[in-house]
Amino acid sequence: MTDLRLGAGILAGRLSAALIRALGAGGATTMPGRVARAVAPDLLARLGRRLMRGSVLITGTNGKTTTARLLTGILGRAGWRSIHNRAGANLPAGIAAALLAHSALDGQVRGDVGVFEVDEAALPLVVESLRPRVLVLGNLFRDQLDRYGEIDLVADRWRDALRRLEADALVIYNADDPLVADVARDFPAARTFGIADSSVRRGEALEHAADGRYCYRCGVPYRYEAVFLGHLGAYRCDSCGTARPLLTVAADNVRLRGITGSVFTLTTPVGRADVTTTLPGLYNVYNIVAAATAALTLGTTLGLVRTVVRDFIPAFGRGEQITIEGHTVYMLLAKNPAGFNEVLRTVLSGARPVVAVIAINDLTADGRDVSWLWDVDFEMLREHCRAAVVTGIRAHDMAVRLKYAGLPEEAITLEPDEERAIHCGIDLLALGEPLYVLPTYTAMLRIRDLLARRGYVRAFWED
Amino acid sequence: MALDLRICHLYPDLLNLYGDRGNITTLAQRARWRGVAVEVTEVPVGTPLRAAEYDLFFIGGGEDRQQVLAAGDLQQGKGGALREAVEEGATLLAVCGGYQLMGRYYRPAEGEDLPGISLLDLATQHPGKRRPRLIGNIVIRWDPPPAGAPPTLVGFENHGGRTVLGSAAHPLGQVVAGFGNNGEDRTEGAAYRNAYGTYLHGPLLPKNPWFADHLIMLALRRRHGEVELAPLDDQIEAQAHEAAVRRAR
Ligand SMILES: [Zn+2]
Repeated sequence: MTDLRLGAGILAGRLSAALIRALGAGGATTMPGRVARAVAPDLLARLGRRLMRGSVLITGTNGKTTTARLLTGILGRAGWRSIHNRAGANLPAGIAAALLAHSALDGQVRGDVGVFEVDEAALPLVVESLRPRVLVLGNLFRDQLDRYGEIDLVADRWRDALRRLEADALVIYNADDPLVADVARDFPAARTFGIADSSVRRGEALEHAADGRYCYRCGVPYRYEAVFLGHLGAYRCDSCGTARPLLTVAADNVRLRGITGSVFTLTTPVGRADVTTTLPGLYNVYNIVAAATAALTLGTTLGLVRTVVRDFIPAFGRGEQITIEGHTVYMLLAKNPAGFNEVLRTVLSGARPVVAVIAINDLTADGRDVSWLWDVDFEMLREHCRAAVVTGIRAHDMAVRLKYAGLPEEAITLEPDEERAIHCGIDLLALGEPLYVLPTYTAMLRIRDLLARRGYVRAFWED
Repeated sequence: MALDLRICHLYPDLLNLYGDRGNITTLAQRARWRGVAVEVTEVPVGTPLRAAEYDLFFIGGGEDRQQVLAAGDLQQGKGGALREAVEEGATLLAVCGGYQLMGRYYRPAEGEDLPGISLLDLATQHPGKRRPRLIGNIVIRWDPPPAGAPPTLVGFENHGGRTVLGSAAHPLGQVVAGFGNNGEDRTEGAAYRNAYGTYLHGPLLPKNPWFADHLIMLALRRRHGEVELAPLDDQIEAQAHEAAVRRAR
C-alpha cells in the first residue's frame, strides 16, 4: 500500500473524529478508526510500526482498563509519551482511533510507546497487526457467553495469538490463573505475577461459578492450597504435577482495607517495595502487580511504580468516587460473576449494612444473556445490605434474583429508570453514609452520562 | 404430616454454565415458602447415584470439555438409574447440555458421537462450525400448560446442536419467538412422563415460577399423594416474565 493511501486513511479518520465532536455526538473513540481502516486496511500495522518503543497489549476478562491506565501512568512518569485507548474502546477500530488521534498525515506518530487494552477475542488480530513487544495476560473468567462462547474458545484464541508473536516478544501472565498459565507456561520468554500471601485466601474450596477447576492435561480437579479470587490461587494437579508456576513479581503481606484500598509488599527481581493504593479489593492488587511487572520489564524503577500506584485515582466506574448532595457515591463496574463477587466482598467488608444501587443491562456489550446473575453470590447481601435499588433494562430479573437470595421484599426497590434509581438510593442514606452503585458496562456508561450532564463527573472520553 | 422434597443436583461443578443453580434455588425456596422441608444433594462425577433416595433430579449445561466428562460418567451406571427412576414416576428437569445428554446421542461437527442415556426419545447433531449457534431470548407456548398456569415460558437459548424429537417424546412447547430445538420445526424441549428437557436457561425457573410449582407438585405427589401448594405472591416474578417476553420480540 502506498503512503498516499495511509495519508488518506488518516485524513478520513481524523475528519470523522472532528465531525463527531462537532456534532456533539460523543467521544469519537471507535468510529474514526473504522473509517480510517476502511480506506487504509493496514493502518494499524503501519502506525504501530512508527512507535519507537513498540506496543504493550493488555488483555483479560477483568481489569484491563485499570491495568492499562496504571501502566500508562507509570511510563508517563518515566518520561515516555504513551498512546493509549483510554476510553476502553478495545477492538481494533478503537485502537486505530487512539493511534490516529496522535498521528500526522504523513504517518508520523507522536508517541514513544503504545499501551493498548485489547478485547479477549480480538487478541490474535491485534497481535498480528501491532507485533507487540510485551503482551500481558490478566485472567480468564466466564463472561458474555452469548458473545465470546466458551472460555476454552477464548483460551484457544490466546494460544493462537502467542503463536503469532515475534521471537523477541515477552509474555507476562497471571500464574494464579490455571487457564492463563496453561496458555502461556511454555512460551520461551515469559514472566509471571500473582499473590504470594496465602493469608488473604478465601479458603481451599472454589466458589460456585468458578471456571478452570480441572487440569487441562488429565481432567482431574486441581487441589488448591489457597483460593484468592474466582479460580485464581495456588493450585496443583496431583495426577500430573502441573502447578502454579513460580512468581516473578508478587504481592506479599497484603492487607485489604475494604473500599478505601489496600497495602502490600511488592516483591520483584530488583527488590521489594511497600505499596499503598486507594484502588479497592484484591482484584486491584492483581491489576497493580500486572502493571508493575510490565513497567519493570520495560525498564522503569520500583520507586516510580510505587509513587504512581500511591497517587493513582480510581476512575471511570472502577471504584470511582463521586460526590452527590454531600454523599460519597462509589461506582464499581461489575460485569461477570467473578468480578461481581469480588466487588460485593469489597463493598460489604465494612461493619455497617450498606445501601446499593444495582444496574443491570443486557445490551451487546453487557452480554444479552442475564443468566449469569444467578452465578453471583448475592446471598452475601442478606446480612450486609439494608436496602437495594435495582435498575436498568433487566431490573426485574435483578429484583427476582435478590428475592431468591433471601433479601426481604421491603429491602428491594424496583426502579427501571437509572436517574430516579440513583436519587432513590441517595434518599435512603443516613447523614454521611456512602452509596454503592454497581452497574454492568453499558449501565455504567449510561449512569456516568447522566451524572456528567448534571456536572457530577466528566464525560468518559475527557476522563 | 409434614411434606418433604428430596432434590438431586447432578454435576453441579461441571454443568453450571448458565446460572443453572438458579433452578435449584427456585425449587428449594418455593417449596420452603410452603413449609415443605427441602434437602438438596449434589452428586458429582465419580459418586454413585442412589436414585431411589430422590424425588426430583436436575441436570444443567456445561462447556464441551465438561459435557464429555459428564457423558462418560452417566454411562457408568447413573444413566440407567435415572431411566429407571423416571419410569417409576420420579421428576426430572434437564437444561441445555444436560438436555442433550438425556437423548440418544450428541453428534459433534467432527469426532465421535457422544452417547446419551436415551431417557428422552431425541437425538442432537451439530451442523458444523459454519452454521450459526442458536442464540437469543426465547418465548414458547407451553403444550399443554397445567390447569391454572399461564401459557408461556421464557428464557435464553445458546446452543450449537440441533435436536430432533422421536415419536416417544412430546415437545415441551411451540416456539413463539426464538429458535427452539432445531430452529426449523418450531418445537422446543421435550417431555416424557415427569421428565422435561429444554434449551431454555436464563435460568428457566425463576421467571417461570408456575413451571417450578408444577415440578414441585409432581415430585411431592409421588410419596405424599395429592397435595395443594398454597399460592405465593409472584408479582416480581410475573413482571420479570413479562419484561422478558417483551425483550424477546
Ligand atoms: Zn494434571
